[in-house]
Amino acid sequence: MGMSLAFHIVFAAIGISLPVLMVVSEALYLRTGRPVFLELAKRWSHGAALLFAVGAVSGTVLSFELGLLWPGFMEKSGAIIGMPFSLEGFAFFTEAIFLGLYLMGWKRLPPLVHWFCGVLVVIGGVMSGIFVVTANAWMNTPAGFKIVDGKITDINPIAAMLNPAAAHEVLHMTLAAFIATGFAVAAIHAFFLLRDRRNVFHRSALGIALALACISAPLQLISGDFSARSVARLQPAKLAAMEALYQTQTGAPWRLGGIPDNQSRTTRFALTIPRGLSLLVNRDPNSKVIGLDQFAPNDWPNVRLVHWSFDLMILCGLALIALSMAVGWLAWKHRGVPDGKWILRAIVAAGPLGFVAIEAGWMVTELGRQPWIIYGVMRTQEAVTPMPKIAIPFVVFTLIYIFLSVALFFLLRRQFMQTDEPASELVTKNV
Amino acid sequence: MFELIVAGIMFAALIFYAVTGDADYGGGMWDLLASGPRAGAQRAAIERAIGPIWEADHVWLILIVVILFTAFPPAFAAMMTALNIPFTLMLIGIVLRGSAFIFRKYDIKSHKVKRGWSLLFGAASFFTPFIQGLALGALSTGQIRIADGRVVSGFFAGWLTPFAFACGLFALALFAFLAATYLTVDPSTEKQVRNDFRLRALCAGTALVPIAFVVFVTSKHGAPEMYRGLTQWWAPLLIVATIICAIAALASLWLRRFVLARSAAIAEVTLILTGWSLAQYPKLITPDITIFNAAAPESTLRLLTYAVVAGAIVLFPSLFFLFRVFKGFSKEKKS
Repeated sequence: MGMSLAFHIVFAAIGISLPVLMVVSEALYLRTGRPVFLELAKRWSHGAALLFAVGAVSGTVLSFELGLLWPGFMEKSGAIIGMPFSLEGFAFFTEAIFLGLYLMGWKRLPPLVHWFCGVLVVIGGVMSGIFVVTANAWMNTPAGFKIVDGKITDINPIAAMLNPAAAHEVLHMTLAAFIATGFAVAAIHAFFLLRDRRNVFHRSALGIALALACISAPLQLISGDFSARSVARLQPAKLAAMEALYQTQTGAPWRLGGIPDNQSRTTRFALTIPRGLSLLVNRDPNSKVIGLDQFAPNDWPNVRLVHWSFDLMILCGLALIALSMAVGWLAWKHRGVPDGKWILRAIVAAGPLGFVAIEAGWMVTELGRQPWIIYGVMRTQEAVTPMPKIAIPFVVFTLIYIFLSVALFFLLRRQFMQTDEPASELVTKNV
Repeated sequence: MFELIVAGIMFAALIFYAVTGDADYGGGMWDLLASGPRAGAQRAAIERAIGPIWEADHVWLILIVVILFTAFPPAFAAMMTALNIPFTLMLIGIVLRGSAFIFRKYDIKSHKVKRGWSLLFGAASFFTPFIQGLALGALSTGQIRIADGRVVSGFFAGWLTPFAFACGLFALALFAFLAATYLTVDPSTEKQVRNDFRLRALCAGTALVPIAFVVFVTSKHGAPEMYRGLTQWWAPLLIVATIICAIAALASLWLRRFVLARSAAIAEVTLILTGWSLAQYPKLITPDITIFNAAAPESTLRLLTYAVVAGAIVLFPSLFFLFRVFKGFSKEKKS
């Protein structure tokens, strides 16, 4: 379920972050006048263009899909939560306009104006991400309305947008987008740098991408802690599932892995840190943490999936944070972009981890919300389209997205290979 | 009060979508139909025209949809349920068309592969606006019924009627005409190619007349309420105005006054959509769902109005800037 979103989240994460890289690079070009930065900005802008085109298409599909698959949800919540979507529409529009100007305006606009168009693309992208995530946060912590006799009244779209989960979800997701894209881009350039250590183009690209990723990664640790504590407060059932905590207890342990078993309500074979969860959530190793026993079993999410996804996200995240520390230390020690064989190999290996973490984290927040589509208000069952043979539209949309992803992958790859030649010319000029 | 404002905003967005986004589809149609010794040059002109703007144009559709589900959630839910099949088909068309276009642009492979993408791009450009016309027509047929907030007429009501098909054809011809008219304007296109588009615009513009007649005739049985709307007091005025614009557009094309033809064509499309909305007013889905009974609570509508106004303040100067830089609306280009 929600396959399209799983794809879209990747498109969106790259679509938000690539413009950042492109703008930083153009700024460096404007400051230093070195053509390698211009070439980089152009290359990344092609990437951004492709993602934007795919994003525009997939965004259209999603906006319709909300209704095609979830008419019941939209009917109830459209008035409450349509607001961020409308604002997102405008943010996206602004992004589209300035991306068009940026891409085609290299010769027609003065350099600073051109760069500023790029900045607006970044702002538009980040804003649209923020708006959409607030809508998702609302599904987790619905706010801004009352239910009287089964009818929704007192709608306050602003309160709905500023729902309790909005702050931590937005922060966590935006940083995640930067980290995942930063490391993925860094991995590509590290790969090429391993082959040709003197390539200035790949070295510069690696430097910018790593800077973005390594600055965001440690911040994500703080944001993750904030998120976990917010979830504990707002959606205790989700937290309990994330940690596979069946019994409410004081001094609750923090678990990694293991096999949660709903029948016996135990989690076997897990690595545990005694009292870790209590410490994490309440800053007190002896405090009480609510377990799944406080909820009826038919209100439980799928404990195994949520717990394992959460662990996967944590592991990927910690690995990336460790890597960013190592990179930071090496960069400080050598006063330059790290280029040791092993650190480059590590960066290549870490390339996909950010996206793995995003997908896993998305599974945590979506599956952790089940069986609700609007937490505590509407069950997913009630929202789904009455369309018979529901599998068909799901399959159709999944195929659409697989098609888009494959298309995008090949296009990005070709884009990269194709402009590789002029890049190496640049290198010789620059050395 | 606010439901009318929001409906008006949606109507405006629909017009913007028709004269920009749907014209891009028209471009795709002419891409597929490019022929004669200058086929390559025609395609190049089309690509030049829609390349920088098609994504922005497309956002109008997203905007219409998000405003619809924010301001009129039950209407959105009902449309997406009753017209699930055509909308899904339309989305497939949008996806294929968009990807084919970018593939063609960024994928520098053999000529043959490029031709394949062109074919897909063109075919999807026909298919998608046809379905849009079909779906819009289906809303007027009166066959989609909603009771207690649930669609009770099934998944095939309305859109398989002759009237809906006529609407689809009409949309095709209209956007082909619009696109060809736009393409005559670009001064950087060589003269002969502009003449090719002039001929195409004249053909499509003329073809509109019999198709419009078919729409009108089929509406008598296919969409009785629409037919009644089109025979009200204001209708002759609007129809006369539309006909004047149509004649003006064709005449200016004939006389090679291309900029004038573009304005007249835009006015024509605007008037056609105005007539359609007036005949439809206040119904969103004939006969059960209206602007009033589907409206979201006032607090939402008011905020949405403010948001749209604020958005427009950002949007329109940016759009103007975009079109000025690429479409040479200013005199800079000539100098």
